[in-house]
Amino acid sequence: MYVAVKGGEKAIDNAHAWLGEIRRGDTDIAALSVAQIRSQLSLAVDRVMAEGSLFDADLAALAIKQSRGDLIEAIFLIRAYRTTLPRFGASAPIKTENMACMRRISATFKDVPGGQVLGPTFDYTHRLLDFKLAADGVIDEARKAATPDEAKPHITEFLNQEGLIQHEPTSDTTPPDLTREPLELPASRALRLQALARGDEGFVLGMGYSTQRGYGRNHAFVGELRIGDVAVELDIPELGFSVEIADIEVSECETVNQFSGSKTEPPQFTRGYGLVFGQSERKAISMALLDRALRWKELGEDSSGSPAQDEEFVLYHCDNIQATGFVEHIKLPHYVDFQAELELVRTLRREATEAKVAKEAAL
Amino acid sequence: MNTHSLTGGFENASHASANAFRVALDVMARPGKIAEITGGTPPAPMSSAAGTLLLTLCDPATPVWLAPSLSGSDIADWLRFHTGAPVVENRHAAMFAVGAWAELLPISDFAIGTPEYPDRSATLIVEMETLEPSGAILRGPGIKSTAALGLPALTEFQNNAALFPLGLDFFLTAGSQIAALPRTTKLEG
Amino acid sequence: MNTEYNFAYLDEQTKRMIRRALLKGVAIPGYQVPFASREMPMPYGWGTGGVQVTAACLVPDDILKVIDQGADDTTNAVSIRKFFEKTGGVKVTEETAKATVIQTRHRIPEAALTEGQILVYQVPIPEPLRFLEPSEVETRKMHALEEYGLMHVKLYEDIARHGHIATSYAYPVKIEGRYVMDPSPIPKFDNPKMEMAALQLFGAGREQRIYALPPYTQVVSLDFEDYPFEKGGAQQACGLCAAEDAYLDEVIMDDAGTRMFVCSDTDYCRVRREAGHIGEMGVPLAEDAA
Repeated sequence: MYVAVKGGEKAIDNAHAWLGEIRRGDTDIAALSVAQIRSQLSLAVDRVMAEGSLFDADLAALAIKQSRGDLIEAIFLIRAYRTTLPRFGASAPIKTENMACMRRISATFKDVPGGQVLGPTFDYTHRLLDFKLAADGVIDEARKAATPDEAKPHITEFLNQEGLIQHEPTSDTTPPDLTREPLELPASRALRLQALARGDEGFVLGMGYSTQRGYGRNHAFVGELRIGDVAVELDIPELGFSVEIADIEVSECETVNQFSGSKTEPPQFTRGYGLVFGQSERKAISMALLDRALRWKELGEDSSGSPAQDEEFVLYHCDNIQATGFVEHIKLPHYVDFQAELELVRTLRREATEAKVAKEAAL
Repeated sequence: MNTHSLTGGFENASHASANAFRVALDVMARPGKIAEITGGTPPAPMSSAAGTLLLTLCDPATPVWLAPSLSGSDIADWLRFHTGAPVVENRHAAMFAVGAWAELLPISDFAIGTPEYPDRSATLIVEMETLEPSGAILRGPGIKSTAALGLPALTEFQNNAALFPLGLDFFLTAGSQIAALPRTTKLEG
Repeated sequence: MNTEYNFAYLDEQTKRMIRRALLKGVAIPGYQVPFASREMPMPYGWGTGGVQVTAACLVPDDILKVIDQGADDTTNAVSIRKFFEKTGGVKVTEETAKATVIQTRHRIPEAALTEGQILVYQVPIPEPLRFLEPSEVETRKMHALEEYGLMHVKLYEDIARHGHIATSYAYPVKIEGRYVMDPSPIPKFDNPKMEMAALQLFGAGREQRIYALPPYTQVVSLDFEDYPFEKGGAQQACGLCAAEDAYLDEVIMDDAGTRMFVCSDTDYCRVRREAGHIGEMGVPLAEDAA
């Protein structure tokens, strides 16, 4: 006798309980605190803030704990939370030229006003497992130079003064917001940058990499990479001036790219731009490469038809929450559709066999 | 701002707007059907049906054009206070327009959408004396065979239907009653 | 009911945006209205579009039914139903006839729906031309110009190759002689039901599209004069309730591969069994419950 499957609700409750148990892990080991995650897994926290589009390290750390360290799942938690938040206003553009830099390097000049600052980078660490960390070793305190307070100018500005790099006109137009309006193509650069800033790090990295290997090559130099804190200001119309509401840490990358010129414009370098919440230079550099590749039309270039130059391809596929949802949804029941396919294939096979038999009989 | 402008909003916004929207959806899906829509109390002379509809659908993203008979009163303040909707002079920029039929003419001033985005068209709220289930004969999506509705004109609605898939969509309001006429409805006198 | 969130979860501004899109969708049957889909607390591809449409339509007095594959007890249907019980405080039911709003994935209930009901579909890819033309910019143009030749070529190639139109679900339809529309991945068996008394609303969350069919809207499954549309369907009767007019799921019963066919619409099957219909492999309902 056949009894139709029942008990979905019970199964879901049990699955959630089990998930909770596994999340906690061995109870003989102390539970991880949100503060520990925030302070000791800070780059994971930064990625969740960047792709979750919400600058809140405590919530990002909580999301990482809740998601058992699955960062896309954590980003998802943050996104779903973020959507429900009321909006009080829009901040003024941040002034990254006023950044308090903890790291600032340029690949295009040996030295620059304000200096090259390595900062807390993995760059020159030898990637050898450090077994002292496993033993909870005591950490030597780093010797830090007193950070000069003066603002460090953007390096591309030096090129701009000479007219050597394409001038980026400023605009007071309110940029579009893809979290509030449906995506419409062709997209403005501002919208593309928004999509890339919250896009999946792996996707943006892969696409940026592809431009270096010839798929939409744009000969990039890192004009400047800087990481540090910037002030966020909010205009308060009732007061008639803006108020500083927070300091946020961002990573900014400006690339200096292959020059272009035309009959009216003498040859000059072009730019790519990347800006990401927190400390994430891999993402910022990749974003700048991809931004530059997507600008081919505006800069009067021909597209080589590369994926990195196809804004529809990039914008529709860079979001990991959309991607993971749709990729994973094929594990949901599809047996009704499959049944329809089964019937069709059976019919087609039956007809093919009948036709073959008839053909042989006729011979 | 007059105190009339501060009152007359929804008592419980999420429930009132849900109930009102359901009525609006129902009449738009069944052209010619006359239903009760309540919850909002706009200043006179706007009907409570039109006011409720505006409270349900308007916010800072929806420019509204108010007919002269309405815009001179507290209604514009009321609308701005309760919905934040910008009241516009330019008829072509309006997403919603409210007024008596004569004031809405010529309806060709309002946006009818574009071939790629026919949804970017205005919705007109026509204030009527009464709504009557007799008059023009309606056919089209949402109607089983035919429906009947008293309309202030025929030619304009027929011309609008001929623009399909572009065109305007209409709500007709009187007191607390509402009916609708989407661009898909074909009309006979 | 959970009061930490607004009624039916979405904030009022989001609901207004969706409601405006729904009204335009109803006014332009079969046309996909772009809407600013929100990130829901469930994954894209799992019904976020349907959930947003349902949330924008629900009233406190509604009675909600949620089905996936025709069944009320599939895990995702259970999960969505729970979501609205928690955030909307609405009553829920498994009985098709009692529901005022039915959210569905992949099926249309067997019992005819009535005037007072709304059927909300979860849609993965709303663009019927997407598998022929991946670019949204291009397909939008094709709809604007009513340029559907590509679709007919595809269907014709199927016939040339297989002797049949080889599409068994998400079978494209033309609405009121204008827009070609994706009916969502329902089996083509369900296509003829789409001309119905209830209002049908379609939500695609990840793809940010809403579309609609008012009651009694003309829905024609694409075909050719010499190869007319056939809805297909199982050759058997339901093993539990003996229904011959229902869409059936094939269940593998044992290691030898013995098959049984049962109604995919679990409520339809229950109603029939309650009325005393017993299929070849079925037993009276009372015994089953015991």
